[in-house]
Amino acid sequence: MIRINVEKKLNAYKGQQVLQINRTFAGGGITKIYGPSGSGKTTLLKLIASLTDPDQGEIIVNGLPWFDSSRKINLSPQKRNTGFVFQNYALFPNMTVIEHLQYATKDTEWINRLLHLGKLDTLATHKPDHLSGGQQQRLAILRALAIKPKVLLMDEPFSALDSKMKMELIGELKLVLAELGVTALIVSHNQQELELFEGEVMDFEGIGE
Amino acid sequence: MDLSPIWLTLKLAGITTLILLLIGLPLAWWLSRGRAFFKILIEAIITMPLVLPPSVLGFYLLLTFSPKHGFGKWLYESFDVQLVFSFPGLIVASVIYSMPFMIGPVKSALQQLPSSLAEASYTLGKSGWQTFWYVLLPNIRPSLFTAAVLTFAHTLGEFGVVLMIGGNIPGVTRVASIAVYDSVEKMDYASANNYSLVLFAITFVLVTGVFVFNRYHAKSPLA
Repeated sequence: MIRINVEKKLNAYKGQQVLQINRTFAGGGITKIYGPSGSGKTTLLKLIASLTDPDQGEIIVNGLPWFDSSRKINLSPQKRNTGFVFQNYALFPNMTVIEHLQYATKDTEWINRLLHLGKLDTLATHKPDHLSGGQQQRLAILRALAIKPKVLLMDEPFSALDSKMKMELIGELKLVLAELGVTALIVSHNQQELELFEGEVMDFEGIGE
Repeated sequence: MDLSPIWLTLKLAGITTLILLLIGLPLAWWLSRGRAFFKILIEAIITMPLVLPPSVLGFYLLLTFSPKHGFGKWLYESFDVQLVFSFPGLIVASVIYSMPFMIGPVKSALQQLPSSLAEASYTLGKSGWQTFWYVLLPNIRPSLFTAAVLTFAHTLGEFGVVLMIGGNIPGVTRVASIAVYDSVEKMDYASANNYSLVLFAITFVLVTGVFVFNRYHAKSPLA
């Protein structure tokens, strides 16, 4: 379970705004988070992964404090073991498909399984600039799964996939998430995109005045 | 023609470039992160050799390393090290003088990489150093090459700083640019021409090499 109760000031176009989040996400399940652009969905994921810090509050994951401003606890991203799928994929231009996965894990069997899952077996030696948008997006998902995370944070993870590929990938992905017991938060601005996932639905509006 | 000034120049440029690769890359990385005011001050100090007359920099280094007072005296009395009028002194001066040529391009290149690359690496459990070594550096290779070649070429062309700190001791501090000046002073135009031609040829090849390399390789890693 993820319990998050934080506040963060953001510098925005309209001046300084305050992002306030007070939510609980079920453990071992999938939460689909919808919200308009600029509502703070990506920031929510970054707060959980420690890619940005709250000004105050606490983030408790499976009973462990990851962030607690009153007790000055703030685990680094390296210690949180969160898989993160970036909206812009954030693939490493110098690494091939297989090198991305080898950078994340030494488990060859797991790497082979992930390559199969993402249907990238035949493209293992290709670098990102030789992959299509959909292939790049699948690689970003596989890389996040490579560390066998306990929490998986996905920011618009299926936007570049065609409907057939999306259906196949989501089917396989659901099995892997269940097997790993991952708590997954999936952010999207498009409700239809995530309808293949069963899970809690959350309309997100974190920005207040 | 006495080739020792040419070899000495190449040796000085090579050692300076190596030292700046070792200390300049971590420094550029550190400067590329965050916007603290003291980092701006340090960057300004590193950039000063670009705009200061070399003789001014050489003068201050001469004062700093003089064995008669201050830091130079402490070096001399504690470690028996005298940097003025010595080859090691030339190296220290060259490292300071050429530092902006290494730091500038590398820092700019690091800042142009999307922050999400480093963030992705951190979420995979990788440390800052692992991220720097395996993700950031390989993706700024063209800038790294340009910085190293420019540092080397800039050191070849040093004159004011090396004259002030090293003087003109044959085989020790008499680099090619000093040899040109010395030959002209002695009205030995033939030697001056030989040294000048060699310096011109080497720097022309290096600078052309950078342009050729950039033409074929220096595209954005995300392009």
